[in-house]
Formats: sequence, C-alpha cells, structure tokens
Amino acid sequence: MFNSFRQKFRNWAFRRTVESGTVVLNQRRIYIIPTRQGLGFALVLVLMLLGDINYNLSLGYVLTFLLATAGGMSMLHAFRNMAQLEIKAGHVAPVFTDEQARFVFHFNNPGTLDRHQLHLHDDTGHRTVFDLPAQRSTAIELPLPATRRGWLDSGRLTLHTEFPLGLFHAWTYIHFDVQCLVYPKPAAAQPLPAVSSQNGNGKAMTKGDEDFSGLRNYVAGDALPRIAWKALAREQGLQVKQFSAPQGQDLWLDWSQLPNIATERKLELLTRWVLDAEAQGLHYGLRLAQLELPPAQGSTHRAECLRVLALFGTEQSS
Amino acid sequence: MKLSAPLIYGLIASILLVSAPHADHLPLWVNGVGLILLGWRAYLTASGNALPSRGLLLLITLACVGGIAISFHALFGREVGVTLLILLAALKLLELRAVRDATVLIYLSCFIIITNFFYSQSIPTALFMLFTLLVIMTAWVQMQTGSLGLKPRLRIAGVILLQAIPLSLLIFVLFPRVQGPLWGLPQDAYASSGLSDTMSPGSMSKLSLSDAVAFRVTYKDKVPPREQMYWRGPVLWDFDGRTWTRGRGITLQTPQLADAGMPVDYTVTLEPHNKPWLFALDIADTVSIPHVFTSDFQLLNKEPVNARLRYSATSQLNYRASPDEAPQQLQRARALPRGYNPRARILAAEWRAQNTGDEAVIRAALAHFNRNGFEYTLEPPPLGLNSVDDFLFETRKGFCEYYASSFVFLMRAAGIPARVVTGYQGGEYNDLGGYYILRQSDAHAWVEAWLPQRGWVRYDPTAAIAPSRIQNNLSAALSNNTALPFFARTQSPLLHKLRFNLDAMTNQWNQWVLGYNTERQFAFLTRLGMEDITWQKLAMNMLAGVAMLAGIFTMLMLRRLRLRDTDAVQTLYLKFCKKLAKAGIARAPHEGAQDFANRAAQQQPQHAVAIADITAQYISLRYRNQREAGALHAFKHAVRSFKL
Repeated sequence: MFNSFRQKFRNWAFRRTVESGTVVLNQRRIYIIPTRQGLGFALVLVLMLLGDINYNLSLGYVLTFLLATAGGMSMLHAFRNMAQLEIKAGHVAPVFTDEQARFVFHFNNPGTLDRHQLHLHDDTGHRTVFDLPAQRSTAIELPLPATRRGWLDSGRLTLHTEFPLGLFHAWTYIHFDVQCLVYPKPAAAQPLPAVSSQNGNGKAMTKGDEDFSGLRNYVAGDALPRIAWKALAREQGLQVKQFSAPQGQDLWLDWSQLPNIATERKLELLTRWVLDAEAQGLHYGLRLAQLELPPAQGSTHRAECLRVLALFGTEQSS
Repeated sequence: MKLSAPLIYGLIASILLVSAPHADHLPLWVNGVGLILLGWRAYLTASGNALPSRGLLLLITLACVGGIAISFHALFGREVGVTLLILLAALKLLELRAVRDATVLIYLSCFIIITNFFYSQSIPTALFMLFTLLVIMTAWVQMQTGSLGLKPRLRIAGVILLQAIPLSLLIFVLFPRVQGPLWGLPQDAYASSGLSDTMSPGSMSKLSLSDAVAFRVTYKDKVPPREQMYWRGPVLWDFDGRTWTRGRGITLQTPQLADAGMPVDYTVTLEPHNKPWLFALDIADTVSIPHVFTSDFQLLNKEPVNARLRYSATSQLNYRASPDEAPQQLQRARALPRGYNPRARILAAEWRAQNTGDEAVIRAALAHFNRNGFEYTLEPPPLGLNSVDDFLFETRKGFCEYYASSFVFLMRAAGIPARVVTGYQGGEYNDLGGYYILRQSDAHAWVEAWLPQRGWVRYDPTAAIAPSRIQNNLSAALSNNTALPFFARTQSPLLHKLRFNLDAMTNQWNQWVLGYNTERQFAFLTRLGMEDITWQKLAMNMLAGVAMLAGIFTMLMLRRLRLRDTDAVQTLYLKFCKKLAKAGIARAPHEGAQDFANRAAQQQPQHAVAIADITAQYISLRYRNQREAGALHAFKHAVRSFKL
C-alpha cells in the first residue's frame, strides 16, 4: 500500500511523458536531494558546532561554517554538472532476444565546462558512467538486456550525478520515444525446408541451383556458396554465379508447414531459416497466418522478414 | 567510484596534515606509531599488496588503546581523545575497503582539525587549516570524479573553498552566539598559565621566562606614569615558612576606598588563564562585567577565565584603602609561623626598638635592602629551610618574590600588618596598536603594609634594589639577561618594529576573530546600524545574506553553461552582411550564405575573393562541429579587415 502510494506520488511529482527530439536539462527538470553521506555530513557539522559553542572555539566556528557552506555550494555544483545539457536519442540497431540492446543517446555539452561522472541508468540497475568534455557532443551507449521479442522500450531512464562531494544527488528523468526492435532468438541450426514442395500457386518447383545463367563480379555481401571458386582458381578474379530465379523456384518459409510446436518455438525456427536462407543466397519468402512476404533476397528483405517475426502477434504488427 | 591509489594517497596526506599540529604535545610513541601506520598504508598501495587481516588490525588497535591507557593513566579527557582519534584514523586507513570508509575518513579528518584549536587558534593555525582543507577537499572530490588528474581536482576543490570563504565569513559575523559551555568540561580542557594563588621562591622568576601575553590594555585618555602601573592580582596572606597562599578570608566586609582621586579609565583584553582573577590597576573602582570584589580589593570573575575576556574599568590611583580594617584581619596580617627565621626576627626587633612609629620602621627596612649589596637576578642561589634568613644574610640575590616575601616577614616580625600582592607591573607600549602589552615576564610581587589612618599602603622593595625594573622593564634591571625570553632582551629597532607589527595584528585577530562573542557581535552590529538585535533577527539577516551571496554565485556559475562560440560567429557574420548591405547588397531572409555570397561576388567582382573566403570560413565555423583553435580569431580578423 505504501509502495503504491509512493508510485502515485512519483507519477504526480515527476513528469512521466515520453519525449522526442532534443531535451535540454533546465532547472525545472533537475531534482536535488541530499544523499545519505550528505545527511551524515550534516550530523558531523552539528556535532562540530556543539563543540564550538561549548568550548568557545572561534576558529572552530570558522571551520564549521567553511565546511557547511562548501557542502551547500556543492549542491550548486551538482546542479551545474547537469544543467543545460542537450540530449538526443540516437538510432538503436535491432538485436536478437537475449542480446544487449544498445540504446544510444547523444549528449551535447554546449558550455565551456567539463561535466564529470554522470550516471545514466534504468530502474533495474543497468548503468553507464561517463564524463562530458566541454563543447563536445558525445554518444553514450546504454546496454539493456533484450529479454523478449518485439519492441523494447528503454523505459524511463535516470541521469544522475553526485559530483563534486557526494553530498547531494542531482537527477533528472529522461524518457525518449525510442525503441529497440528485438528479433526472436534464432533456434538451433536446422536444415532448411525442401524447396521442391508445392508452392502457393500449385506449380512444381525445381531446384534453383540448376539454372545457371552466368557469372558476375563479386559485390560485398554476396553469399559465400555462390562464389565461383573454379573461376577464382582460373585466376579470373572473384566472381559470383548467377542463377535465373523463376517464380517457381523460391523457398517458402511457411508457418502452416511447421511441426506442431509452441508459437515462440515456431518463430525462433523461422528466424533461424531466414538467417540461413539469406546466408545461402536463396530467394525466400515468408508466409504467416495473415501475412505474406513475397520471395526476395538481400538485407532489406531479411530485415523485413525478421521484423514481421519479431512483431508476430503483437499489437504493433499491423 | 573505486578506491584508486591517488585517493588513498590523498587520504594519507589529509590524515598526516590534520595530525601534524598535534605532534609536539603527543607522546613520542604515538607519533612513531602514526607515521609507521601511514607509511605502511602508502607502501601497500604502491606495491599493490593485500591489506592486513582484521585479526592483526584488532591486535594493533588493542595495543594502541593499551599504550594510551599506560602513558596517560586515563581513557578519558582531551589529550586521550585526540590521540585515540588520530590513531583510529590511521588504523581505519589500513582497513579501507569501500568508498563509504573513505567518506568516513574524510569526515574524521575534518573533525580532527577542530581538536587542534584547543591548543592554538593563532593566525598561522588558521592559514594551515585552509591549506589542510584544500588537501582534504581535493581527496574528497576524487571520490566523485574517477580518474580526473590532480590539477583539475585541485581547481574544483579550490573553487568550492573560495566560494565558501565569503559565505562562511558572513555566517561567522551573523550567526547568533550562545555563551558556552553547554555541558561540564573536563579539567584539562583549558591550558592554564599565568599567576597562581601561591608564591614560593622561584615561582615568579619561572613565570618571567615566558613571552606569553597576559593581557593587553588600552587607556581611554590619560596614561598613568609607569611607576603607578601596578596591576593587582591575587593577594597573599598566609605564610608557612616557604610558601605564601591566599588563605581563607575571614571577613565578608566590603572594602572601603576613602579619599579616592586620580581616576584612570581603560579597557583590558585578558587572555584565558583558567583562574578566576581579573586584573585592574591599583585600585579598581568600577568594572564593566559582573565580578566579585573581595575585602582585599581583588577582582574575581564569576568563573575561571576560559575564553579571552574584555572589560573596561576605572581605577583610582590615589586612595586610602580600608583605613578601618577589621581587627581580626589585622591580626591575620601579623601572623608568622613559629620557629622559622630567627635572625630576621631579631633584625625586625632591633628596628622596632630603634625607630618610633611604623613608617620609620618601614623606611629602615627599605634602606636595609638598598644598602646591603642586594642583587636583582633571575637565577638566585637555592635557599635552605629558613628561607628569609638565608636570603637576607647569606645569598642576598633574588627576584621580586624574594624581596616581597622577606619584606612582609620583617614587617610582621616588627608588628606591622603586611601582606604580599602579586600581579603585573609596567607593560610595553605598542605604538602601532596604541595599547600596552603585559606579558608573563611582567609578573611582579610587591607588599602592602597597613598604617593607622592611611590604611593599606603599597611598598615595593624591588624598587629599592632595582628601580629600573619599575621605571623601565625587566631587561633593563638585570645585568646578565641571557636567561630572558628572546623578545624581552632584544634591542634591535627593526626586530622591535616587526614584533610590534606582529603583536598588533595578533591583537586585532584576537579581538575580532577569537574574541567574537555575544557582546562583540552586539557592539559590532550596532555600529553597523542594526537595531534591537535578537537572535531571530540575526538568523533572518544571516539567511538573507547567504541567499543573496549564493544567488550571485549561481549567476556567475551558470553563465559559462550557455556561452557558445557559435553566437560569436553569427555576430561576426551579421557584421559582414551589414557591410555589404551598406554597399546595396542586402541579404534576403530566405537566402543561404552560399547563394548570397555568389550574388554579392557577381555585383562586386573586385571583392569576390574576400567574400568567398569569409563565407567559407563562416560555413566551416558554424556548421562543422570540429574547429581549430585559431579559426575563430582568423574569421574575426577577416571580417574586421573586409572593406568595400
């Protein structure tokens, strides 16, 4: 009950909106409270002050006030360590489930002051610590574990600092509208389904490997099995075999053809096949319950297939 | 945040600095053990070896506590507390495992600084405190800056400290003062030096070796002649053959001052001496602070003077002191211990037989001292059981207490009521500060004898031997002055001047910083124009002042956050556009820099190169993030020198 009340208070006190674009940390976004060490320090100061009064130590007063005001000024330094930073969310590359999603944020420090020891972390303790040199834009990566396929939200992140004396904790919340696409985890290696099966149009399929149509020069990204090793041996350079790809010779990765296993296992299997088919340079199509991606090849197609698999059955899939 | 080697070295330096001022009054073995512990830690850090086990540390700790118990014979008190703190800090350093431990050590170091103020609060101590704080802060900042180098850390710590100084001064002035103590203090809480309430041969001469300041005096308008500057302290009545003591007063009668005249007004700043007596010129009439005036004209504070005390007083230099003294007091002033000093008694009886009247006897005694080859020296030969006889007839060498003691003995033996008065005599004028300094070396003892009608009259037998002691100072009175403290014997005018400068500064420091108590605060703020000072008002003013200063700091500090060179670039470019606009080529709002440059170059072909150059520099400065150091300067120069 106390926890839920605290949560409600937090939601009320600190904005929970999701933001886009550039966020500038102004004084309305930065919160400051004393840390546990700060409270301990205050206690030490009170003890010192009592001693000063009791023993009438004038220099003791001076020392106590010096320490107290230095501690107080450290609050301002903590605030300044974060103030006016400009933060932009960067591109997040898709990852597979159980990998680390690397959220990137671009921190721009427009002023002439270096910023020290900023901590960026989420609510479950994944953190990164960094410094920001003056007048420099720095890309900061926060790795968060991708545990489920689909869109991974960074959630509300906290940026905090206890610079310079650790007496005050200055923090701000940042919640950008960036998400990381998490593909299903590829299943263990499995042979690709046979190409010769009936395709959707009822045409008989033959192996595409047989329709050799010639050689072309190698382009980075071409699949290894397609390299014409014999041509290479004849010192004709790195060349790639080209096959004519008639409609009927496509590899269909079909949901309905899969064995009767759990949905997630099916997605994992399809993911594995998409990766393998792409690696072997095959023309492959993906057919799910309500969605069909016509056969094609290349990294864009692969990404599209993986995306469909990642979002299968989720709200965003449409 | 981890315990890096520089952090450990910073902590070692902090502990070393905060304990260093204690070195001269701690037992030698504590200094040794402390140094060994710190050195050990430094070695472990440098070599990367593991910290000692907890069992070993516990053993060392117990050994240290045992050592303290043996060498101090106690486990409480100030010295013991300081020793414990220092040793525990050094031991904690060997047990440093988490950042939390480092924080605790930092706090502990700050706390140890304050213990040093029990021993010294001088200007050098204050400067040393600032230096120590800087070192501590630098180590402290390290915990929050990771791998930052020493120089930038020093800068951060320095900035924080510099900002704290004006703020803390403001709070120092306005913080409502509470007159301590809040709880009972241990007996050794204060150092005590100065006059005690007993006098035996050697006690005054011992005091004369000290340069320490007893008190300072500012005369209001009239300065009395030097031979009248007798500052009255404890009055000693009872003699046991060797030592004079105050004894127990047997009357509560208030002293009477008849026919008072020649008032002198002055202000005394008394150094703490842990005894209740206050000093005033013979004889005090009014005193500004609460006090007790004893029947023998002594001024007593309500409690021992543990803090520097300032009071104004008026004294009457002409008086008849208690001409109607109670008979039992006079009886007390004639008492002598039986059996001692038979030759002195015979001499006194002879004087009594030869002279008529007390005053004639006194004159005879003073003449005796003057004529019989008595010598004034700081190093008198030791005296036997009959100290007065030995001094009067054998050694004839002594310091003021010898003369006062034997003079009173002779008077009492002759039936004249007499007593010893101790205090200070003379003083040294500091013309820079316009005040007199009385040091422990000005301590003096003289005599009062009671005469019918005239009451208690002051006689100074020392003046009969060494008049220059009274008219000048101690060093003038002593033929061989090697034993005197440095300051008292130096004659160099340059050194004199330097010494006065230093003392004037110290006096200001004592008055305004160390002696800043409730009264001083009240007086100072009233002078600044504050009315009806209450602590609430002080607190409000303090908070307002702090808020104002902090506001100013905030403005100064946050300025550098928005400062951008791009703005300077833009300003310069607009200046360039303005120059072109004057020539009739105005930039349209939608026009990009490159398009504008092309158009301008067409219209002003003779300046095409300059226009293209400036535009290229502008684009590079404004839109490319990296820039060389001199680029902005070159751009500024190009725009300045561009002319149509």
